[in-house]
Amino acid sequence: MTNTTQPLAIALENCAKTFADGTKALEPLDLAIHAGETVVFLGPSGCGKTTTLRIIAGLEEPDAGGRVLFDGEDVTRLPIEQRNVGMVFQSYALFPNMTVAQNIGYGLRIRKTPAAQIKARVAEMLGMMRIEKLADRRIDQLSGGQRQRVALARAIAVRPRALLLDEPLTALDAKLRDTLRLEIDTLLRSLQITAIYVTHDQAEAMALGDRIVVMEHGRVAQIGKPREIYQRPATRFVAEFIGTMNRLTGATRDGVFSCRAGDLAWAEAPQGASEILFRPEDIRIAESHEQTGLQGIVAAAFFLGDRTRLFVEVGEAQPLVIESTARRDFGHGEAVRLAIDPRGLLVL
Amino acid sequence: MKHRGLFLLQLGFTLLVCAFLIVPVILSIMAGLTVNYFIGIESGLTLRWVFEVWNGYRDTIFLSIGLSLACLVVTLVLGVPTAYVLAKRQTALTRAIEELLVMPVAVPGLATALALIVTYGALSGFRTSWAFILVGHALFTLPFMVRSVLAVLMAIDLQTLEEGAASLGAGFWQRFRDIVLPNCRAGILAGSLMVVTLSMGEFNMTWLLHTPFTKTLPVGLADAYASLRLEIGSAYTLVFFLMIMPLLLAMQAYAKPRAPKFVAEDSE
Amino acid sequence: MRRDTQRLIFLLLPAGIFFAAFFLLPMARLFFIGGSGKTGWSAYAAILTDANYLNSLFATLSVAAATTFATLVISGISGVFLQRHKFPGNGALVAMLTFPLAFPGVVIGFMVIMLAGRQGLIGQITEFLTGDKLVFAYSLTGLFMGYVYFSIPRTILTVMAAAEKLDPKLEEAARSLGASPWRVVLDVIIPGLKPAFISAGAICFATAVGAFGTAFTLAARINVLPMVIYTEFTLSANIAMAAALSFVLGAATWIVLAVARTAAGSTVAAAG
Repeated sequence: MTNTTQPLAIALENCAKTFADGTKALEPLDLAIHAGETVVFLGPSGCGKTTTLRIIAGLEEPDAGGRVLFDGEDVTRLPIEQRNVGMVFQSYALFPNMTVAQNIGYGLRIRKTPAAQIKARVAEMLGMMRIEKLADRRIDQLSGGQRQRVALARAIAVRPRALLLDEPLTALDAKLRDTLRLEIDTLLRSLQITAIYVTHDQAEAMALGDRIVVMEHGRVAQIGKPREIYQRPATRFVAEFIGTMNRLTGATRDGVFSCRAGDLAWAEAPQGASEILFRPEDIRIAESHEQTGLQGIVAAAFFLGDRTRLFVEVGEAQPLVIESTARRDFGHGEAVRLAIDPRGLLVL
Repeated sequence: MKHRGLFLLQLGFTLLVCAFLIVPVILSIMAGLTVNYFIGIESGLTLRWVFEVWNGYRDTIFLSIGLSLACLVVTLVLGVPTAYVLAKRQTALTRAIEELLVMPVAVPGLATALALIVTYGALSGFRTSWAFILVGHALFTLPFMVRSVLAVLMAIDLQTLEEGAASLGAGFWQRFRDIVLPNCRAGILAGSLMVVTLSMGEFNMTWLLHTPFTKTLPVGLADAYASLRLEIGSAYTLVFFLMIMPLLLAMQAYAKPRAPKFVAEDSE
Repeated sequence: MRRDTQRLIFLLLPAGIFFAAFFLLPMARLFFIGGSGKTGWSAYAAILTDANYLNSLFATLSVAAATTFATLVISGISGVFLQRHKFPGNGALVAMLTFPLAFPGVVIGFMVIMLAGRQGLIGQITEFLTGDKLVFAYSLTGLFMGYVYFSIPRTILTVMAAAEKLDPKLEEAARSLGASPWRVVLDVIIPGLKPAFISAGAICFATAVGAFGTAFTLAARINVLPMVIYTEFTLSANIAMAAALSFVLGAATWIVLAVARTAAGSTVAAAG
């Protein structure tokens, strides 16, 4: 829209982080972020995603040997105030001693921008975030969603080379999160800015990321497009952290996987696979005329309006989760026959 | 109606305590305005004693005002940065520093004053100047400034605010000026009122630190109580009340710990 | 990050230099001077071995203990009462009770004289009632009264702040279980206020031990340690003994506060 700076390519080389108390927050990490893309760091708390973001921002220095490159230039020793990155904090970090407009204009004031230009840019930002009416409010007079918009406007106002967002929606309630997620998505696409987004919410990650970096225990578990991460998870951790996974245990012989629920024909089955994983959308309740060797007992059925979520007991540790769009009720204890689409089967 | 009786009992007790604190104040104000306190109020009201105090002791009043303002400047310059450092780094070392800083309050003023005299008493230019008293007052009041500012800094998420400012390009000193100082204004104000009030009334150290040329208001008061008639002592006390009254009122208005609404976790 | 640390040290430097030059160094000097008199280092033991000093120490500690106890009882009752019952005039009462907060010791002494001195109110009333003038301002009793006067305002503030944080539901729960008002006080209110009592009590005690202005105003004959130190220093010019006694007094006061702080578990706000 108004962002005239060239998007930035960011590279991390051998970046590890050990804190003063000896905890290892991040194992050595190499990562290339392309100019203009949105990369989401996803993982449970303590996985190292925020530490990675803070290293990129310049709020933490990597352990000796690590390097941070902005467009090929080494910025490892550069403090954040000299990196020209925009940052949005989980707690917003809005200055309580300034109004909304002063908050948004602060970065420009630091850059000694002429007052008239600051005013124009602040007005533009207020308009872009649709918070014109709030310009003269104090921060403690704002709601959570309004604060989030101010924080975004403030970070973008200085035309940063990259935008770093640290769990920006976590402090908001679910409904507002959906609205703002859409707004952030639109914003990032229109700005064409390199953006790094940290979250523990997989839905947010899927919606916003061009690529997702799934992290676990200070290591990268998988990097890929949202669809790859979802459909071809590299590890069990990724498979189970993202979306819902069903699991059947048993044995494979001659293209047939046998488990307590019955037999499943699977021509490409790898020899000796003892556990298969699949998503709820790859299993359904079989029609009466269909042939299938699998069956189970309905343990619980939740009618959700557009579909029914079924929990089907098949003698495994966890019941299978099945989403049915059938226009009928399922009774507790009802025996059902199950059909699985072999294209969705995973062995990890 | 057992509870009503209990309520009245407590109220009566509290009123008694109030009387204990306030009656002597009223008595002394009256004594300062009465022609002859022995005879009582029927001897007539007069401002004579107040004028006598003004003529005899106005130097002490000006010195005390000057001292307390100088003390304020010193504690601001020394205390605010200290509070900032203590808020920013919470290690065993900074806790020890905080503990040390409070010592001049915990240790009797007499001991501090003696220590200053045996160490610097020989520097006659320093010993006889008001700066000597200022040092004592600054030692005694510094912890109040530090704690007051520290309390506010601890209540806000200082680190994130500073990181926010840094992400917008602000360097260390810019952050200190634009973010830290404005956001601990309430603490600075409360601390300042405290420092000025305490410095104005400090006697324990000042009595040993002062010289005949550097008498503060409380020193003059002690003089007057010891050697002059009751009416003059009272009138002098009245002047002191008038001087600290605005400070006390300001303190009651501002120092009320308002819950800082700096944390932004509430939802839409 | 390292640059930040350097800057923080730089910010700490002015206060550090000031404090080292005007407190740590003088205190160290005081310590050595205390041991340089004609009795040498045994001056530090004199407070326990010399009968006169021991008497003063005993008088000082007694007054301080009595002050602490009386202040806590008075402030406890009134503080909780004022926090719990909001009635018209409540604010005025609180303002009056905290008004003497900023009075220096000398003024407190004068207030005691106004009440219990030769021309004091109590004397006039007792003379009118019994024909005998009751005058006790110039004694340990007067000093006790002065210290209580001094300590009530700040202690009431501490108690009120602590009482505000007490959960009224605890009292309601105790009552619903059948506890009488007295049991509620014993089992809920006093334990809840304990930290505040410890910290406020410690400050009462420390000020009563170390304060000088009130005793000075009331009479030079009151035999408490600060007066003894003052006399040693000015009249007897026994600087070494004065130094030793003040150092011991300072250390003792500081220890009382430090112990209380640990016991209360929270930061004891220091007070003058």
